[in-house]
Amino acid sequence: MAIESEVLVIGGGLGGLTSALAAAHEGADVRLVSYKQSTLRQASGLVDVLGYTPDGDGPLTNPYEAIPSLPESHPYRKVGVKTVRDALSLFDDAVPTYEGEHTETNALLPTHGGSIKPTARYPAGASAGLASDTRDTLLVGIEEMVDFDAPHVAAHLDATGVPFDVRGETIRFPGDLRADAKVTRYAKLLDTNSEVAVRGRMVPAREALAQRVNPLLEDEERVGFPAILGDDNPGAIRDAVGDHLGVDVFEVPMGPPSLPGLRLEDALFSALDEAGASIETGNPVVDFEGEDRIEKVFIEKNGAKIPNSADQYVLATGGFVGKGVESDRDGVYEPIFDCHVPHAEDRYDWFEGELFGDHEFARYGVATDDDLRPLDASEHSEFENLRAAGSVLGGYDFAAEKSGSGVSIATGYAAGQRAAQEAR
Amino acid sequence: MSDAETPPETEFDPVAPNTGEEFEPVDVFPDSDDFDLRPGADSCYKCSTCDTNCPVAEVDDDFPGPKFQGPEQWRLKQSDDDHDIDDSVMDCSNCMRCDNACPSGVPLSQMHNTARGEYVSEQMDKLSVEYIRNRILANYRTSAFFASKVPRLANFAMNFGPARWVMEKTLGVTSERDFPEFARQTFREWWADRGGQVQSRENARAARKRRGLAEDADKKVAYFHGCYSNYNTPEVGKAMVRVYEEFGYEVVAPEQKCSGTPMFANGMLEDARRHAETNVSSMSELVDEGYHAIASCTSCSMALRQEYPELFDIDGIDKVAENTFEAVEYLRIHEDLKGEVQAADVDGELAEEFAYHAPCHSRNQGLDRQAVELFRDLDGAEIEDVGDSCSGISGTYGWKEEKYEKSMEIGEEMFEHMEHAEGETGMTECPTCAMQMEHGSGYEIRHPLELLEAALVE
Repeated sequence: MAIESEVLVIGGGLGGLTSALAAAHEGADVRLVSYKQSTLRQASGLVDVLGYTPDGDGPLTNPYEAIPSLPESHPYRKVGVKTVRDALSLFDDAVPTYEGEHTETNALLPTHGGSIKPTARYPAGASAGLASDTRDTLLVGIEEMVDFDAPHVAAHLDATGVPFDVRGETIRFPGDLRADAKVTRYAKLLDTNSEVAVRGRMVPAREALAQRVNPLLEDEERVGFPAILGDDNPGAIRDAVGDHLGVDVFEVPMGPPSLPGLRLEDALFSALDEAGASIETGNPVVDFEGEDRIEKVFIEKNGAKIPNSADQYVLATGGFVGKGVESDRDGVYEPIFDCHVPHAEDRYDWFEGELFGDHEFARYGVATDDDLRPLDASEHSEFENLRAAGSVLGGYDFAAEKSGSGVSIATGYAAGQRAAQEAR
Repeated sequence: MSDAETPPETEFDPVAPNTGEEFEPVDVFPDSDDFDLRPGADSCYKCSTCDTNCPVAEVDDDFPGPKFQGPEQWRLKQSDDDHDIDDSVMDCSNCMRCDNACPSGVPLSQMHNTARGEYVSEQMDKLSVEYIRNRILANYRTSAFFASKVPRLANFAMNFGPARWVMEKTLGVTSERDFPEFARQTFREWWADRGGQVQSRENARAARKRRGLAEDADKKVAYFHGCYSNYNTPEVGKAMVRVYEEFGYEVVAPEQKCSGTPMFANGMLEDARRHAETNVSSMSELVDEGYHAIASCTSCSMALRQEYPELFDIDGIDKVAENTFEAVEYLRIHEDLKGEVQAADVDGELAEEFAYHAPCHSRNQGLDRQAVELFRDLDGAEIEDVGDSCSGISGTYGWKEEKYEKSMEIGEEMFEHMEHAEGETGMTECPTCAMQMEHGSGYEIRHPLELLEAALVE
């Protein structure tokens, strides 16, 4: 016997979650297995579709218009523009706290490095911070949080030519938290609005935070904080702090561990739960059985191999960072099914001498047919019931193009939907 | 060198460095017999995701978090053997959530367990009240063993106000909590009275016949009941036996001691090892005979599966780890449990709406969703997940006077979710989570096996 389902999705990132969600919406009995917690908690929480072309042109105003001229190997070309749009609407339904669906134009969001990122969807918490908005802006950094140096970020933003005045100030977070306090510690304090001591008086945390910022505020109409404003109730915290200050409050997405990423993870897992899918995290898929068809895969739990079988499988294990693609001195490979990963024979061709050069390895991943089935070296599909989605796919450079989330959502959607249709 | 001289010819070509086969960088470091966790520490790329999962760090500003306790501390140790273990390691509750969080596979909880063991054995004053208190709490089995001889007296004495006041003042055991009640008859007494293995074999055969299976089918499991279902909640153990027999499994209840979980959490690794030796020896013999080890407590299965092979080197330890399963999980793998539950219904005492909490130790085994997904198709009962926060008690942690408040603060989110849940009966696999759920909400708490028994056993 084995744990059975119709569609088994391997991987708990954006690609895997979208796949499982799309398959569940098609009515399939879906099971998602992920080695570790979702890597979404490492993500900024911004959802980009395409910010730059592979040649570096951009920022693009309309990402959808640029898709048909992408190289044929690009995953967007496999699924087509319509699927990208449909996939984004699935995302919009699943995560109602996101904005950006009112337009096909990329939004421009300030990052914690002070650059401007073209993105298609963004959390409501970031929306008052749009760079196209002309309101003057105060950025507030927290003394102990060295990842967000507000005056520095403000200077960078200013240098990009944003159409507003921007200034940075640094405060001590109320409550005298330890110097290396976890982002969840700040979030929890604001979520519970616990009282903290301010000049010998006990004040609720949200109010205390506003009090620290108030004397620094000049005539700016909006105030941006690093993304630490709550885990469970971010909207209420923004409103409360904004009311005390009399301005709009927004969050600037931060690097890992990222609260916007965590919130997005929670939203997508709840959507998946509501769609009736089964979910398991904590143990890796290490092996499989089958020749032309995958019969079952094995999840390893401290030596025990737990069989899981399904009619259709989706491989959404991530790229090099997520360990869905690995490399050693002999080559580049996909570790679970040993799907072929096209790559240069000579390791010295994998990368360029320049740090930000056009590295080939950034595009390494499995190649697929138009149905997203991974192809072997002779361009035949590896398994008839396996599809791949997300950054395990090759042929695109998400870091340079700013297309990571969009590719994961679009290919996840297509793979999940087709797997479900075939399984039914 | 003047311009006139040409450099001497060398074999060295900086563009193609020596990638010779014979050089193995790992050989540069000498082999070590003691716990050398440096390779794990080097896999940490400081993303801090573990820290965002740590329920203690979320409420306790003085706790530096799993990243510091694990990889950072091991790096400090690596450069300086005399480097003391930071005493904050005693504030780690051993929930092990950091393990599941780490995208890089750093063995965080193993590092914490090892560091705690070293702290307790080398830096802690063995005459201190804290040490004595921790040792008593960690060796719950010993106290439970004596208490179970006189359950009524023990139940009275352990919750006798003045005595509890004295315990708090002298030992630092919080008087806020009610001690768990001791059963009038332990699971093992019930098991023996019922006829032990012989009776179980008969029941299993009868069930196999009823189900149209071969009567001599090789279906047998060894039950690791743990201390709690033996001394406090034998109904869980009974449910396990009856459910398994219903599916045609013959059950044995081998000699066993504490799984060691409370000892790991208190750094009492020597105590834990003694208990582990007994458990591994009796379980590995049975594994050789074709049995699988089954636990109904997720901390017990976690200990046998993960902590034992990480911390100890005992004959047969890996074999036991590979063959240990959680009770419901095993049935999901080997039987059509989903189908049977979908076809069943419950009425009577367990026709309830349950507020389910997944214990931290079920998470690392990938079991946190199991009960919810299984029972959502069961007629007559409803089950609702009360969220992914830690219950906060973490075994002995919440029993310590100085940790009680923090423990309740961690649990606050779960209490709130329980309050908002439809049902007023709780459900969880972990006995101490059950204690905390009951303490914070006043709800009665059941084990999934009890609901399975109500649904599937005549």
